[in-house]
Amino acid sequence: MAISREDVIYVAGLARLELNEQEIQDYTLQLNSILDYAAMLERLDTDGVVPTAHAVPLHNVLREDEVKPSISHDKTLRNAPDAEEGFFRVPRISLT
Amino acid sequence: MIFEKSISELHELLIHKEVSAAELTNAYLERIGDLDKDLQAYLTVLEKDAQTQASEIDQKIARGEELGALEGIPMAMKDNMCTEGVRTTCASQMLREFYPPYDATVTTRLKDAGSILLGKLNMDEFAMGSSTENSAYMKTRNPWNLDCVPGGSSGGAAVSVAADLAAFSLGSDTGGSIRQPAAFCGVVGLKPTYGAVSRFGLIAYASSLDQIGPLTKTVRDNALVMNAIAGYDAMDSTSVRYDKPDYTKFLINDIKGLKIGLPREYFGEGIDPEVAKGIQKCVETLRSLGAEVSECSLPHTEYAIPAYYLIATAEASSNLARYDGVRYGYRAEAGDVLGMFRKTRADGFGQEVKRRIMLGTYALSSGYYDAYYLKAQKVRTLIKQDFDQAFEKFDVLLGPAAPTPAFKFGEKSNPLTMYLSDITTVPINLAGIPAISIPAGFVNGLPIGMQLMGKAFNEGTLYRVAYTFEQTTNYHTLKPNLSGEVLARGSR
Repeated sequence: MAISREDVIYVAGLARLELNEQEIQDYTLQLNSILDYAAMLERLDTDGVVPTAHAVPLHNVLREDEVKPSISHDKTLRNAPDAEEGFFRVPRISLT
Repeated sequence: MIFEKSISELHELLIHKEVSAAELTNAYLERIGDLDKDLQAYLTVLEKDAQTQASEIDQKIARGEELGALEGIPMAMKDNMCTEGVRTTCASQMLREFYPPYDATVTTRLKDAGSILLGKLNMDEFAMGSSTENSAYMKTRNPWNLDCVPGGSSGGAAVSVAADLAAFSLGSDTGGSIRQPAAFCGVVGLKPTYGAVSRFGLIAYASSLDQIGPLTKTVRDNALVMNAIAGYDAMDSTSVRYDKPDYTKFLINDIKGLKIGLPREYFGEGIDPEVAKGIQKCVETLRSLGAEVSECSLPHTEYAIPAYYLIATAEASSNLARYDGVRYGYRAEAGDVLGMFRKTRADGFGQEVKRRIMLGTYALSSGYYDAYYLKAQKVRTLIKQDFDQAFEKFDVLLGPAAPTPAFKFGEKSNPLTMYLSDITTVPINLAGIPAISIPAGFVNGLPIGMQLMGKAFNEGTLYRVAYTFEQTTNYHTLKPNLSGEVLARGSR
């Protein structure tokens, strides 16, 4: 088993996902089955192979630093679950 | 019937005033009303907006103004492309009430071209899936057999065209999501070269692989839509500046001397022998038309599935971090902000999306990055090199667009089994090259698709081969039987 129940709980924490007991069990099994399959990649010798992040290599795509119109404040906040006085409102962050 | 016609036929009817844009739009809206409760391709139908747009086009026609190729043509878009003020859900509960504040570039370009937006189409949630069964809202059915899936993730986009619920549609393809549903539903579907069509306003799944493309009834229609949507866009930093051709210039009924390679990995293990036989028959047709066909090899093909699922999920885990219940989308109530993030994402995402976020987060996590993500990126290089080498000898590569015809609902309930069905499509996304699926016959009454793969920015050669094949065959003219009786039987 490449991935343990504890690993699943740890990764869910990293991904900010609350999982129920059923999901923990399912994902432990399913991720193992997928990663077991992915282990076939180990058969390939990739020493010295340059990794490909993008099929079409483009670097440092820059434009002139000029002010252009952007979406209005009001429009931006229209989809917010909670907004107040022009700000996104969230539950308390500090525990104290 | 009018809704069966191609874009170019409809254009002729519009300019000769044999039909008005309003009549045409209403014909589609009526058909959607009749059939879509059973097929369930549309998540949103924009009846009023479409009619308003149509009457504007009719005024233009009345004034005697010249009409563009797509002007007044009713179409629909997969629900992961932003449409200003029009709900865009990505088939997720997370975006149930999301009304984008801007248009995607493709939306703007189709608006500028005067196409009429009929509505937004069902898909696998966040484009993650191969059957559209992962939609949080409904199951879209295959018009050729209502017990079968339409393919995915652009299932709604393929069905809207196959069942004549739109003249054309736009889908997106990260690992086969245009070509496989196009094959399953018997329509033409192109995944353009990475960077040819702007991704601005496309809700991201895996940014180095995602590409928008057209699903159409004919090859000519496909080229017409590409003329409108392709080309450099400053809003997408991965958009490529290239010399955009008039794609209809490649609609040449002649492939004499063209070199076509058949990668043996696309005809062997894992491919339904009936599908392989059907595609071989198409190969004979192309050979008889003067193409020089010979076998070749893409030796790293079998490694494409694990490489793809590691890279795509890693990118997804990063892209989908934005759904945190703060700026837009669903929010679950909780006492503190971390609890709110965790619960929002637990409630808002479906099972497959969570599974991919988990896999991608794991592949990127400390201690596993080199073994999974980096390794997959190196394998991606090898897969790309396979194609580079093959294209030294061939103009086009050919194989099936999917290893089987459409499968039944629930048939691939094991996630890995579903992933394995993408073997003929994911290598193309990893290499960033263009590929098209065109109707190529039937197996057990279900359509199959022939996939043509080309060099980067060589969509034209694909169109040329596809067009020549289409002129010689009648597969693209065959329609599913959608009489009321059939639908009644299917909707038990």
